[in-house]
Amino acid sequence: MLLIDCPHCGPRPELEFRYGGEAHVARPAEPATVDDAQWMAFLYLRSNPKGLHFERWRHMSGCGRFFNCARDTVSDKILKTYPAGQARPSLEALGLAPVDHEVRA
Amino acid sequence: MKFSAYALLKNALTGSVWPEQWSSPEPRASYDVVIVGAGGHGLATAYYLASEHGIRNVAVLEKGWLGGGNTGRNTTIIRSNYLWEESQKLYEHAVKLWEGLSQELNYNVMYSPRGVMMLAHTLHDVQSAKRHIHANRLGGIDNEWLTPEQAQAFCPILNVGPNIRYPVLGAALQRRGGTARHDAVAWGYARAASKRGVHIIQNCEVTGIRRAPSGEVIGVETGKGFIGAKRVGVVAAGHTSVLMGMADVRMPLESYPLQALVSEPVKPVMPCVVMSNTVHAYMSQSDKGELVIGAGTDAYTSYSQTGGLHISAHTLDAICELFPVVRRMKMLRNWGGIVDVTPDRSPIIGKTPVEGLFVNCGWGTGGFKATPGSGHVFAHTLATGEPYAINAPFTLDRFLTGRLIDEAAAAAVAH
Repeated sequence: MLLIDCPHCGPRPELEFRYGGEAHVARPAEPATVDDAQWMAFLYLRSNPKGLHFERWRHMSGCGRFFNCARDTVSDKILKTYPAGQARPSLEALGLAPVDHEVRA
Repeated sequence: MKFSAYALLKNALTGSVWPEQWSSPEPRASYDVVIVGAGGHGLATAYYLASEHGIRNVAVLEKGWLGGGNTGRNTTIIRSNYLWEESQKLYEHAVKLWEGLSQELNYNVMYSPRGVMMLAHTLHDVQSAKRHIHANRLGGIDNEWLTPEQAQAFCPILNVGPNIRYPVLGAALQRRGGTARHDAVAWGYARAASKRGVHIIQNCEVTGIRRAPSGEVIGVETGKGFIGAKRVGVVAAGHTSVLMGMADVRMPLESYPLQALVSEPVKPVMPCVVMSNTVHAYMSQSDKGELVIGAGTDAYTSYSQTGGLHISAHTLDAICELFPVVRRMKMLRNWGGIVDVTPDRSPIIGKTPVEGLFVNCGWGTGGFKATPGSGHVFAHTLATGEPYAINAPFTLDRFLTGRLIDEAAAAAVAH
């Protein structure tokens, strides 16, 4: 079970949280102008990386708020949690060398 | 060498060593078809390419050992009682191949149609199960409704009493469903494919997919050097996103750990497979006597091949409630495999935007049952460049057009 550091409440067991899927997937600002391929990318295509993953969690049994999390999907180690709306942290901020992890947009 | 009663007797009397069942050659410079992943689906694909399409210049590349991924980790349940017509045809195709597979491969895959019983615990479950039964019967697939008493008669250790949190209100039974021996499926296909000239190359990880300047695939980079290929089929389950990323194709997939566990072996107590989507537990008994128990997936994507202990514990809570007789048994092992889940919980079998690159993935939590059918239709796709009628709806493009095959709501979590 993961120990997740909610940016608002502090470290709590995984059971208090609900996973919210990949983070930083932006809904198209002008939906009427978007073609099928762009909708497919927004709705269904996910980076699903083996390594560094940016993801959303929601603290259901605490503050109820969404926040973001950087986690290694091989070791499941959580590198950083940060409030929703913040830009994703740089590799340097996560203590990672750029060659180890390729970040896909 | 052909396995038979005579061969067994002769070997017993002469005490000779059984010959190697498949060869482990060094790779050639190039092949007509390279299949990435030597699990059940990849090996079945290679076998049908050789046996049905006459394409024998085929290599199956495996980063670990043969059948060591999800093929060796699943709970071996076979059934075809899916809701939608497309799914019914796909999984029923597999069940029909299972029925004759041991004879076809001359290898005992221990297919045992002992019946798969899916429990209903709520009014919604009852309605959903009956809808499935009607849909299946319209599709020519056996499925029948059992009362709680009939369910207990079919599985005597099942608790159908009224005093559990989710009492059993009935069950849907597919009598032709059952189990098979997972390792034997991989070994049987490997042996039969190798006999027909297919190269099975283990410990050979694919690290890149090489494309010509015009875009089409010309081969794969591996731990044993470059291997050329006219066509490449990726059959890599949980690692499909990683491999397809090598050809710059983004996939509608997420990889999750799915757990299973087995108990200490005991004498036969469990004559069938019982599944419950609502309390999330399923159980059968292997021929060794172990109770084989399927747990759930973790909430988050991961490649860790372990999963959280609370996921298994949650399933054991439900197992103890449904089968009180097993409460004091010890669990021997638990483990995880990485499953690739699509948004509509149906597989993707077919072409990709890259010429010469094909994919068979997205089987999620329930791919084992489809192994023969999956290999059969994917071999057709690789051989002809076009899908077989049965896998034609299971395109990558359905996420563009919106023609999803939504088994997510239909089958809930357990497959």
